[in-house]
Amino acid sequence: MHPAPSVIFFSTFSGLGFGLLIFLGLGMPATTGFNAFIFLAIAYLLAVGGLISSTFHLGHPERALKAFSQWRTSWLSREAWCAVAALVLMAVYGAGLVFFEQRWTPLGVLGALASLGTVFTTSMIYGQLKTVPRWNSPLTPANFISLCIAGGALLAGQIVPAVALLALAGAIQIATWLRGDSAFANSGTTMQTATGLGHIGSVRAFEPPHTGTNYLLREFVHEVRRKHAHKLRIIAIMLMAVLPVVLLLLPFNHVLALFAVLAHVGGVLTARWLFFAQAEHVVGLYYGKR
Amino acid sequence: MTMLPAKTEKKLGLVIDLDTCVGCHACVISCKGWNTENYGAPLSDQDPYGADPSGTFLNRVHSYEVQPPMLGRAAAPDAQLIHFPKSCLHCEDAPCVTVCPTGASYKRVEDGIVLVNEADCIGCGLCAWACPYGAREMDAAAGVMKKCTLCVDRIYNENLPEIDREPACVRTCPSSARHFGDFADPDSNVSQLVAERGGMDLMPEQGTKPVNKYLPPRPKDQLARREEEIDGLAPFLAPVASEAKGFLSWLNKTLEKL
Ligand code: SF4
Ligand code: SF4
Repeated sequence: MHPAPSVIFFSTFSGLGFGLLIFLGLGMPATTGFNAFIFLAIAYLLAVGGLISSTFHLGHPERALKAFSQWRTSWLSREAWCAVAALVLMAVYGAGLVFFEQRWTPLGVLGALASLGTVFTTSMIYGQLKTVPRWNSPLTPANFISLCIAGGALLAGQIVPAVALLALAGAIQIATWLRGDSAFANSGTTMQTATGLGHIGSVRAFEPPHTGTNYLLREFVHEVRRKHAHKLRIIAIMLMAVLPVVLLLLPFNHVLALFAVLAHVGGVLTARWLFFAQAEHVVGLYYGKR
Repeated sequence: MTMLPAKTEKKLGLVIDLDTCVGCHACVISCKGWNTENYGAPLSDQDPYGADPSGTFLNRVHSYEVQPPMLGRAAAPDAQLIHFPKSCLHCEDAPCVTVCPTGASYKRVEDGIVLVNEADCIGCGLCAWACPYGAREMDAAAGVMKKCTLCVDRIYNENLPEIDREPACVRTCPSSARHFGDFADPDSNVSQLVAERGGMDLMPEQGTKPVNKYLPPRPKDQLARREEEIDGLAPFLAPVASEAKGFLSWLNKTLEKL
């Protein structure tokens, strides 16, 4: 799949923002007043900034409100509902923290659940796609959610949970890669089934339908060199999990914590780029590509 | 509404005969012509006369080479070249419809045609991600999703002569490789073709239940495997007598001694 920067930034930053909202909703850290305002402002900037950047890849962003209508079948529509619910609930809860020094716990818990739901629905947009075998697995939501919670714990300054959650997210990330590498071969979709010509013999793409490129090739066929992908995976896992854990285990210091956050964000961005760039859509088979 | 209907009254669709398609691309051109001039946003081209031309098409013709396997020690059988037109298959279990967040994509209850209401489409592209066949293309100029409409504006159009009330691709195909009809009716032309010729689904494992069916190409003559019969007239030209007799035999021997 084409790794569109708008979608990579959206899913990374809004994942982090909603992750932070989850911890704030659960009262970790239990701040109020101006301190709470700073935490909330960071979370909203990340979550809303991500959401806005995701509208950049729409053909008609002015009609975005229509996307709320099909929640019965569409994960994208469900994501829209969850995101609005989370942002509204957390705004009311946040007002309590900032202006009234009050913690309305049930509201915070609901806001945390809606934030978690937002990340889950985002991941299911990809996870339910049978056409992209690498994504079509419960590991996709596990990957998104574990990164969201680990990033949230890190931003919320919850050192002990963050170390454990970062390690878990790293492990799930590696499992996702390993499963993904054989997913296409295991999906049963091949050039023979795509063309229905397998009963005659082995099928080879002889001529494409057009001399130039087209929307399908631009959107769905993206080839990453194996060697590059391997290096990027190492960079991603070092930055997203290993380095932050090491930094957090050192005696606490705000500069080190800042570096841990920056490393984590860089690692997640790299992993998200790979998530798209390495995903192969079955339509590539019609072009003799993957 | 992006909930799929449990059942449609008719199942309109195409049969594409891979045995007779000659790969002329006439259906591609007639489709682009009709659908640019009629329903919805035109099918735009980008940089059509420049170095990097591309454009929106609802129907494209691929070509594949199929190599039958070697059998024993016989010479490798001849490969077969197959032209392969591909457009929306109007799937019964259309994944492109259920993913649409706006309800722009829908499957009609009356005839099963899968359509996009362009006024509602936000151009998110998810439906094209969900289609395994590459049947949907986002128009780069209009920012909305385009797909085959089965020429819904021709097949019911009483302003057209009756003979033209079928999809433009079917009407135009010079080798009659495309057939249009109702698959819900077991006696229709398309149902009968499918029954007679073993019509098949593309990517059945994706679970989309395509309505359109493809007729497999018949096997190609394997000349390399039957070298002895290669010339149809050879049996008639075989020598009638191998040994000369009588005077000819005497002449033969005498001449050889000289
Ligand atoms: S061929 Fe693709 S676009 Fe057409 S109905 Fe099936 S899934 Fe949808
Ligand atoms: S591109 Fe348009 S038709 Fe396709 S899923 Fe998005 S809104 Fe629906």
